[in-house]
Order: sequence, then structure tokens, then C-alpha cells
Amino acid sequence: MRSNEGRLQDSVEQPPSESTSDLLKELVAHLRENRTQLREDWARRITESRLLTAMTREEIFAEATAVYDNYVTVLETGSVEVLEAYARDLSERIIPRGVEVHEVLGIVLLLRDVLARSLFVKYQSEPPLLSRALDVYEPAANRIATTVAVGFVQERERIIRQQQEAIRELSTPVLQVRERLLILPIIGVIDPQRARQITEQLLRGIRANRAKVVVIDITGVPTVDSAVANRMVQTVDASRLMGATVIVTGLSPEIAQTLVTIGVDLSRMRTVGDLQGGIEEAERLLGYKVIREETEEESEEEEPEATT
Amino acid sequence: MRFVSSFVSEVAAVGDEIHVPISSDADIVIARQQGRALAERIGFAGGNLAVVATAISEVARNIVEYAKRGEIVLKPVNQGGRQGLTVMARDQGPGIPDIALAMQDGYSTAKGLGLGLPGARRLMDEFEIISKVGRGTTVTMKKWVR
Amino acid sequence: MLVPILKQRDFLIATIQSALTDDDLLQLRDDLAERVGRCRSRGVIVDVTVLDVMDSFAARTLRALAHMVGLRGARTVIVGIQPEVAFAMVQLGLTLGDVETALDLEEGIELLQKRTKRSAHRGG
Repeated sequence: MRSNEGRLQDSVEQPPSESTSDLLKELVAHLRENRTQLREDWARRITESRLLTAMTREEIFAEATAVYDNYVTVLETGSVEVLEAYARDLSERIIPRGVEVHEVLGIVLLLRDVLARSLFVKYQSEPPLLSRALDVYEPAANRIATTVAVGFVQERERIIRQQQEAIRELSTPVLQVRERLLILPIIGVIDPQRARQITEQLLRGIRANRAKVVVIDITGVPTVDSAVANRMVQTVDASRLMGATVIVTGLSPEIAQTLVTIGVDLSRMRTVGDLQGGIEEAERLLGYKVIREETEEESEEEEPEATT
Repeated sequence: MRFVSSFVSEVAAVGDEIHVPISSDADIVIARQQGRALAERIGFAGGNLAVVATAISEVARNIVEYAKRGEIVLKPVNQGGRQGLTVMARDQGPGIPDIALAMQDGYSTAKGLGLGLPGARRLMDEFEIISKVGRGTTVTMKKWVR
Repeated sequence: MLVPILKQRDFLIATIQSALTDDDLLQLRDDLAERVGRCRSRGVIVDVTVLDVMDSFAARTLRALAHMVGLRGARTVIVGIQPEVAFAMVQLGLTLGDVETALDLEEGIELLQKRTKRSAHRGG
């Protein structure tokens, strides 16, 4: 017996894995039998440590019940899938309550401690057995803590990303000015990620508004490198795949030059000098008649052409 | 848009990895549906789901057309806090004699203008191809959730 | 036949209903070409609303379909390409060439009617 290595060879006949799994069964049975007491201990410790302050005592106890049973099941089965599902479930339930990472990790570690203490008490009269019990318990409990923490952080990141997307969507201007006509004014320098997002929003807008014509105004875009120009062309092409006609307005001579340099066939793209002109062209395409009277008031009358 | 997934008896999950054997055009559909589902779980959304599925379709078809059989391996990847998806397309086919040529747009040895490899590279963030004539080809590509 | 093809007066409407394998696509191409000839249709609509991926093979096959249908005197319109699909297609560098597209079935029919109007009058 090599007790100072913390690992024990039992009788030679029994393969270590078999007795380990028996021991595991014993641990799990013990943790299940004593769940009421252990859960209470845990809930008490949580409150004492001032964790989960966003939740009431009743809520904590309710969560503790579900979490405890899952924890023991994960210990028992050692299954990765169950573990990850458990971590995801825990995160989904707790994050909306405003719980922080240190709290989640904190309560899981407290549970680990409560259960470890319970094992101490159970096996304290047999140190070698206690040692083996901890050999079985500790790696499993630590894996749970790690997985839960990582799962929590990932879930949080996912939610933050979603929120950022939502904010960016709100600030992306795809304007519907008339039926079947969308205007997309682009202002400033656009990074690749934002460009992608604007494109996706435009395309979804085409579907939602059943747009037949899209006017993309780049008057407010100072410079364009070949990457940006390519993205623009892609946006135009994608819109056309959805059946929309695209008019690009505000094309400065410099930008036109860049487009030609990267090999864009400008004759493929409808371009108009300024936004107003682009809108008029769009309205013509849609069958609106634009009548301008040269009086002090400008008035526009629109009558859509009858279509068969 | 949801499909009723075809019954996939052969798709195997090893830990986090998903292996899809490729030997027919029907398997191309399975590979990209599995890829799309995994990408969604990882956190990809919107246009990038279609992008990932399309890239998988391209490399899977490459296997069917040139190597006749192979496999697609899909794996989530986590690097410095970034989540992503790795797609590996492996075969033991004839191999590609001139990779540079194959990666040029418009190049194809059969069935007209194929965009397979260069197209997949354009769709993904990272792209690596290793090929030996007579031994086979492995394409490894990654896309990050942004 | 995997893809139902409906006849609406002079037009044929093929509505894809699920993911198609390469062979299914080729079958659709051939079926439509054959039907156009048999029914003397003047227009074909292929509704791809349900497709969540359009890869290079699909694009090639749709172009070939339009070509074959064109040889039999009919126009083709592809309808229903979804935002995410269009997005991926342009990143891949796919083009449908000369094949026309429309937002949905309603737009597609309107487009076909516009395109086939003149030839109807010419025939008398």
C-alpha cells in the first residue's frame, strides 16, 4: 500500500475501476439520502455568503432543489452532454435574474464544499477510504464547477452579442419612403462588420417591404478602398438577386475611379448624381408620375400607373 | 426556414465533433444541414449560417466529384474568448497536383465552372489545404462568430 | 417527381419544397425542359423560397435550366431567394448570369407577363 501517494491499491483481485465505480455509487447514494439536510446547509451557506442577493430565500431554495439533484446526477453519470445541458440550463435560468459570474461560481463551489464536508463526516473513521472517496469526488466536482463557469460566461457573451446586434440594427437606417422603395443612406467610414450588418438589414428590408427599388446613397462616404467597393458591389448584387433594382447615388468621381480600378462595370450599376435625382428615378421605375410645378410651392402628384 | 432533417444513421458525434461520411450527393445535403445546426448552436446567426452551410456544401461536393468518398468533420472551436466552427474535409482521393491552380477562380477539371475551393475560401475566415497526389486531400477551414 | 410543377395558363410554376440533392436538381431541370416543350409554355417560374443554401452547383443548374427552357422558346424567372441566401451567394461570388429573378411568386408572374406580352402581340 502506498498511502503517501494518495492512491490505494486494494486487494489485487479487484480491478481498480470496478471498486471505483462501486465507491461512486456509494457516494451518490449517500448524497441522495441526505439531500434534504445537505440542501438546507447549502442554501444557508449561500445566504450567509451574501450570494444571489437578487433572489429571495424562497427562490434560492427552489433553485437549490433543482440544482442539487442535477449536480448529483452529473456526478453519477459523468456524462459530458448532461453536464453541458445542466450548465446551459442553469445559466438560462439565472442570468435573467441579474446574477453575476462570481455568484454562480460561488454557489457551485459552496455546493462542492458542502458535499465534500458530508463525505468527510461519513468516512472520517476510515482515512484510506476517505482518500479514495475524495479521489473520485474531487475531479468530478471540479469539472462541474469549471463547466458551469465557462457555460455561464459563454451564455453571457451570447446575450451581449445579441444586444449589440439589436442596438446596431436600431441605428442602421433602411428607410421606407414609399411603397416598394427603400433608401439606404450610408454615412462615414464603415468597418467590415458593420457593412455586413447593413447589407443583411437591407436584404431583410427588401423582403419585409417587398421593395422593388433600392436607392443607396453614398454621398456621405468620404473614401472607398477596394474592400469597401467590393462590399458595395456585393450589396448591389445581392439586392438584385432578390429582384430589386438598385440605384446608387452620390458617387463622387474619386469613388467612381476606385470602382473602375477594381474592375467594376459601372454600366451594370444604375447611378444617379444625387439622392433627390435617385429618388425621382426610382419613382419613375415604380410607375409614379412626378409632376413638378414651377410655382413658389413645389407640389408633387403621384399616380401609380395601372399595371396588368 | 426549417427542414425535416433526413434520418442520419451514420452521422457520428465524438465528443464535440460531428463526422459526416461523404460518398454521394445526398451526403452533401446532410453535411451542410449538420453544419448549419451546429453553427446555430455555437452562436452563428443570419447570413453567416447560410455562409457556413454553403462553404460546407462546396467542399463536400469537391469530395464527391474528385475523390468519390471522404468525410466532413465539424467541430466547435474556442480561442481567446472567440467562438467559432472548424470544418475539415478529408479524402483519400487522387490529390491535387497543382494547388495554386486549383485555388484560382474558374479552374475546374470536370463538369464546367466549379467554384468549390476558392469559393469556400472566400466564405470562411481561415482556410488551409493540404494535398498529396495519390494520397488525398485535407481542407481545414474556420469561421468565427462575430 | 420531387418538385411539384403546376401549370398556370401559359406558365409553369415549380415550387421547391425541401432540400434538394444534386440529382434532384438535375431531375428538376430535365422535367421542366420537357414540360415546357410538351405544354408549349412561354414562361417558367422556379420558386426557391424554401432553400436555405444556394451553392455553385445549384446556381449552375438553374442557369442551365433557363438555357434549356430558353431553347424551347420560354423565359425563366427564379423567385424567392432569401436574404441570407443572397448574402452568402454574393460572398461566394455566384451569379445567375442572365437569368432573371424576382422577389416572390407574385412578382415573378408579373415579370413573366411583362416579358411575354410583346411576343404574344407579335404572333397575332
